Amino acid sequence: MAWFYAKRTAFYLLVIAIVVESVFPFYYAILTSFKSGTSLFQVDYWPTQISWDNYAAVFQNGSFPQNLLNSVVVATLTVALALLFAITAAYALSRVRFRGRGILLLTILSVSMFPQIAVLAGLFEVIRTFGLFNTVWGLIFSYTIFTLPFTVWVLTTFMRDLPIEIEEAAIVDGAGPWVIITRVFLPLMWPALVTTGLLAFIAAWNEFLFALTFTSSNSTRTVPVAIALLSGASQFEIPWGTIMAASVIVTVPLVVLVLIFQRKIISGLTAGGVKG
Amino acid sequence: MTTESTAPLPGTLTVPQIAIKSELLTSRTRAAMWFLVPMMVALAVVAGWPLLRTIYFSFTNASLSHLDAAQFIGFNNYLHWTTLKSGKVLWSGVLADPAWWNAVWNTLRFAVISVVLETIIGTIVALVLNADFVGRGIVRAAILVPWAIPTIVSAKMWGWMLNDQFGIVNDLLMKLHLIDHKIAWTANADTAMTAVLVVDIWKTTPFMALLILAGLQMVPKDIYEATAIDGVHPIKVFFRVTLPLIRPALMVAVIFRLLDAMRIFDLIYVLTPNSAQTKTMSVISRENLIDFDKFAYGSAESTLLFLTIAIMTILYIWLGRVNLAGGDR
Repeated sequence: MAWFYAKRTAFYLLVIAIVVESVFPFYYAILTSFKSGTSLFQVDYWPTQISWDNYAAVFQNGSFPQNLLNSVVVATLTVALALLFAITAAYALSRVRFRGRGILLLTILSVSMFPQIAVLAGLFEVIRTFGLFNTVWGLIFSYTIFTLPFTVWVLTTFMRDLPIEIEEAAIVDGAGPWVIITRVFLPLMWPALVTTGLLAFIAAWNEFLFALTFTSSNSTRTVPVAIALLSGASQFEIPWGTIMAASVIVTVPLVVLVLIFQRKIISGLTAGGVKG
Repeated sequence: MTTESTAPLPGTLTVPQIAIKSELLTSRTRAAMWFLVPMMVALAVVAGWPLLRTIYFSFTNASLSHLDAAQFIGFNNYLHWTTLKSGKVLWSGVLADPAWWNAVWNTLRFAVISVVLETIIGTIVALVLNADFVGRGIVRAAILVPWAIPTIVSAKMWGWMLNDQFGIVNDLLMKLHLIDHKIAWTANADTAMTAVLVVDIWKTTPFMALLILAGLQMVPKDIYEATAIDGVHPIKVFFRVTLPLIRPALMVAVIFRLLDAMRIFDLIYVLTPNSAQTKTMSVISRENLIDFDKFAYGSAESTLLFLTIAIMTILYIWLGRVNLAGGDR
């Protein structure tokens, strides 16, 4: 019996270790963001003060509200674009037989394996040629490289599993492909669309390399770049308080979204991984 | 589109119906082609063409401000040698650049260590989540937190926690008497890579754990019941029964993570900037491309990274085929 309780205790200690280790860094960032002045440089494990100074500083600090808006616009439009292209492509890839379908799917999957740096030089030229450099459009355009292959892949596997009878009934009723997609499949695909849309949103929201390279002014940057480049009055004075406040602001919406949709996200992640 | 006016009996096909059906099929195929066009054009413009241009630039002397005036110079960016009058041979180009080989070494070191540790810890977390216990939902939600946090934010958070003077990590380790002086984790040459590994493992283990958990949940429960009746030791059960069964899922997760780790950029760029001990192939490529205005040289480096990852992917697919044919599973 004692042995049983010892094992139980050890198991729960492991569980607690996993939870604490996962959550602590974010907890500590929140803790730091509510400190001001000299107390910032004193290590505390529990909340000692609640001061909104850092949050006020973040929003008064010139371009941060603009950066936040840029991130929202870029991530939203990236998702919309990826879903629009992916739904039509997934219909063709999953429901219609044609030669070269397997090769095409493999090519799409391999694009998602691309190192972003490999296209950076060429994409830089394309973006400059189109006059998209230092605009949010350049980012939305370039983000399709990692959102589109993944979205197409997951939606294709999802659509393939939908019963063929529904589509046949629609064809008998005289529905064309476009009507079948928008009226028949779309209503059935909400779960898959929410999952892929959410994952694409998170990917676009977090992206750093393209955002760093294809923008050059404070007003067009997205939040990850803005946070990475936040600097204090002098080069040696890093404004940890405001950095932590900004970090909490950009992370809280994501954490809330992820916790609300956790089941869908887990199924989406494993569908992209295990089936791929 | 033409449709029939008379309702046919279900399950029977008359001759005109077959004609209509094949007509429907061709019109469907044609429509499908049009549906593929937007996606294919988008991928060509955003991935295919830029990749070709990057490879092209690597054979030129292009610079950031003079992309149009680029001239073809062959393999000079990759490897080039000149023989001096004294008979001494001077090598130049990426393949003769110690900084490049240092980056290759850093990348491989980072990728192998991080993926091995993430797989081990991820398996442990997955085994915990696969057990039945009170509060499992909370644990699953908790491990999603590191995954949800943007990489840049985790780099900054950990940068603050690992701060030499005011960081909580040094404070904790001092209180536990594990270290006797404060360590500058991110700035110190000996510990910079460790710092990067810690943050990366913290951030990506959840992803591994969830993929492995999906594999674990496909293992039928009665196998465990059988081993329990036979009184097999749990550790033996894991290595002899569970591990072989989840190996396919595990392999996919490992390959995904490995390819991802090979191209790491943002964490290192933010956590340990300017540290030669952590500069990876992606970091050094971007540095040359943009910061040092050696556009063509950087293109050559990113082409080499692309080739490395492409070869790894092809090897994996090829080995995977062989494995399937051998009926190993």
